[in-house]
Amino acid sequence: MTFLPTPSQTVGPFYGYALPFTGGGNIAPAGEPGTITVHGQVFDGAGAPVPDALLEFWQPAPDGSRTGAPGSLRRDAVTGAVVGRTGVEFTGFGRVATDADGRYVLRTLPPGGVPYISVCVFARGLLHHLFTRAYLPHLTDPATEPLLRSLPEHRRATLLAVREREGVHRFDVRLQDDGVHEETVFLAFE
Amino acid sequence: MTANPLVLTQDVISAEIDQARRAYAEELKEGAEPRPHPARGYRPYRSSVARHPRQPLVVVGDPDAVELSGPVFGVTDITDLDSDLTRQHLGEPLGERMQVTGRVADRDGRPVRGQLVEIWQANSAGRYAHQRDQHPAPLDPHFTGVGRCLTDDQGRYTFTTIKPGPYPWRNHLNAWRPAHIHFSLFGTAFTQRLVTQMYFPGDPLFEYDPILQSVTDEAARSRLVATYDHSLSSPEWALGYRWDIVLDGPAATWIEEGR
Ligand SMILES: [Fe+2]
Repeated sequence: MTFLPTPSQTVGPFYGYALPFTGGGNIAPAGEPGTITVHGQVFDGAGAPVPDALLEFWQPAPDGSRTGAPGSLRRDAVTGAVVGRTGVEFTGFGRVATDADGRYVLRTLPPGGVPYISVCVFARGLLHHLFTRAYLPHLTDPATEPLLRSLPEHRRATLLAVREREGVHRFDVRLQDDGVHEETVFLAFE
Repeated sequence: MTANPLVLTQDVISAEIDQARRAYAEELKEGAEPRPHPARGYRPYRSSVARHPRQPLVVVGDPDAVELSGPVFGVTDITDLDSDLTRQHLGEPLGERMQVTGRVADRDGRPVRGQLVEIWQANSAGRYAHQRDQHPAPLDPHFTGVGRCLTDDQGRYTFTTIKPGPYPWRNHLNAWRPAHIHFSLFGTAFTQRLVTQMYFPGDPLFEYDPILQSVTDEAARSRLVATYDHSLSSPEWALGYRWDIVLDGPAATWIEEGR
């Protein structure tokens, strides 16, 4: 550990031409049976939706593989336009900018071996990104998950996606307690 | 002339910057570890006030955490033109042509190979192509200000671009950002993810900018400033800057072998 890290700086408001890409939230191959939808909103400390957040998702493939695969941003060599993942390999990576109402939608396959999808949040106003996890309720036993077990009930609840109907889960991110809703649990790694 | 208390002036922001710096110096004196990253909440940067968590981060020590692995990218994720921001349109952008190059490594100094580097920046007049940028400086039809590349076997990246201009923003009255290029980087683990900004040496706006000054550690702040390197400049063509990047955060040890 001799090299000193480069500090983080905010993503700012103007990343729009650079980071989001068409189909960024479609990790699952089109039409794949078993596809799940995880969607939600990002809120600030006033309870207002955050319209300029960028969410990234990382997860194992359904078979548990954590190697990922290239091709999340696959491009047409002639026009340079994003043409979408091949649908053959599971890249495990997604990226979605929130819309004017702070909403995002992710379509993916259930992660193998763990009950969660890792989430990284960037936004104007965030000088350092935030990590959290969306635990999928149908895969999660809170009694055996070390992270969930370590949290008091009201904090734990912020990490659990809520099942809305078969295959559709809601996961909101609250950057700060707004006086009514609990702030999302954010994570550090050692 | 009496000051309007409703107007947030540079003096107020500068006093807050100074206060945060002195508080940090006190912490160090009392034996705290140096903090290379900005605090998530930093009042002089007003957008951070309602957008940063107030609860402490929960530390995950699980050696099986998914975040110790990370996404990978490859030749299909970029095209040849992506690393040259001066050749993405029919004509050349206005501005000082420059090349910026450097090495991406982890905290043990190991090169980060074959990983995605993404950049974005304002044009030479300080205007982003983004629709929400209302700064009345000219747009350049020959400049979008977006680039990407993969690091090579030594972890190096290189971009050809033009030097971005400083620009005003609405953090406070008469707020100006020093010229900068935004960088997005991936390591071998998701924990090493980094989004940051590269600055240019000697910019007189440094001391006024709450975003740069949010890094209260002076040595860490200096690591955000590129070095002008005359040996990288090309005759009759472009100026050369060097900026090396070190990614923080742990990675799974099993993953090193394959990369
Ligand atoms: Fe910027």
